[in-house]
Amino acid sequence: MCTVCGCGEGQVSIEGQATAGVKYPYRAHHAHGHEHPHEHPHPHEHPHPHEHEPAPAASAYSELLDYGQGPAHAHAPGLSQTRMVKIEQDILSKNNGYATANRQWLAERGIFAINLVSSPGSGKTTLLAASIRQLSARARVYVVEGDQQTSHDAERIRAAGAPAVQINTGKGCHLDAHMVGQALQNLAPADDSLLLIENVGNLVCPAAFDLGEAHKVAILSVTEGEDKPLKYPDMFAAADLMLLNKIDLLPYLDFDVDACIAYARRVNPKIQVLQLSAKSGAGMAPWLDWLCAGVTHSQVGKQQQVARLQQRIAELEQRLQSRG
Amino acid sequence: MHELSLAEGIIQLLEDQAKTQQFKRVKQVWLSIGELAGVEPEALTFCLDLVSKDTLADGALFHLVREPGRGWCLACSQTVSLNARFDACPHCGQYQVQVNGGDDMRVSELEVE
Repeated sequence: MCTVCGCGEGQVSIEGQATAGVKYPYRAHHAHGHEHPHEHPHPHEHPHPHEHEPAPAASAYSELLDYGQGPAHAHAPGLSQTRMVKIEQDILSKNNGYATANRQWLAERGIFAINLVSSPGSGKTTLLAASIRQLSARARVYVVEGDQQTSHDAERIRAAGAPAVQINTGKGCHLDAHMVGQALQNLAPADDSLLLIENVGNLVCPAAFDLGEAHKVAILSVTEGEDKPLKYPDMFAAADLMLLNKIDLLPYLDFDVDACIAYARRVNPKIQVLQLSAKSGAGMAPWLDWLCAGVTHSQVGKQQQVARLQQRIAELEQRLQSRG
Repeated sequence: MHELSLAEGIIQLLEDQAKTQQFKRVKQVWLSIGELAGVEPEALTFCLDLVSKDTLADGALFHLVREPGRGWCLACSQTVSLNARFDACPHCGQYQVQVNGGDDMRVSELEVE
């Protein structure tokens, strides 16, 4: 349907079950069979025959809108019902609203969530499975897996020892905050845990969709081109950390690590970079430390929130007593 | 990228506004799309035509207003214009530019009845 990225009809499922509610009510296959014949071709069409009001089409590509020229200048109230509404709303505000709710839900429980993004085949799932095994003594880990089809990845994660929920996006090219919110209800991660969200393998679309995570982490393997940060700048600009994976293969490749890091910094001067190999285990320690530092930070955040609430209760009780 | 999702988001936004601002039909929509927002205007227009069918915006005219990209150059401490996210600063040629404008997308104005 979409000629750009193949996004298609609403086929989202979580663990094979269709999600509740109609998420994409506007897609053509949902079009309800015209039970209301909205055929009334504007009976109020031009009640005033004098054509002295050019439509604002002339200003279509300018930010200037002359209210005196357009149809909003209804000189005889009641004749024309058109009006202008200025709203200035972010197009992603709907997704951002869900993301904010997810973020709050996670913060209240002291859960550290990261959103892992990469091309297909960069080794995300292998890295996750290795991380889960090595973190088993240090943190409770939960995983949300995003793929177009199959639950192979969730099965690999469960085999590594972490509870996982698989989201199948159907033809969709990214996870959005609404899907993740529903997956969280299914997964029910414990307080003070680590939540790893493995996005659909795609370096383009997931960049724009906030899921409520603390950080986006971009994974780039050395079997890909070192100029990927320049080719897909939005993703590397949105990420806080870049993991350079499969470094055990460097001796066999022409991959220029320094150039790759320089390209990433060109797109995002603040990006952190870690080099590792999920297979050989090289460089895993700093990555696991980074995760654990995040987990601790989220736990402390929750404790502070709880302390603030308790302090407020104490203050309110004191006020109540002084009245009694 | 993902223009269809964005188009659906726009129609949802219009429906929400229709409830709060009390209108029934949308005749024209002005969208402000940053040059660095990663959106292909033609693809977005195509998708909007698709998803607006049988909604309150059926047949509406969508105007896309491009907003130029801007960034703050850390090296020369000023705001500069950018054509792409990874462009060098046009003044000093260094790559220490942080995008601070033209990377968002908004529905700015509607003509409704």
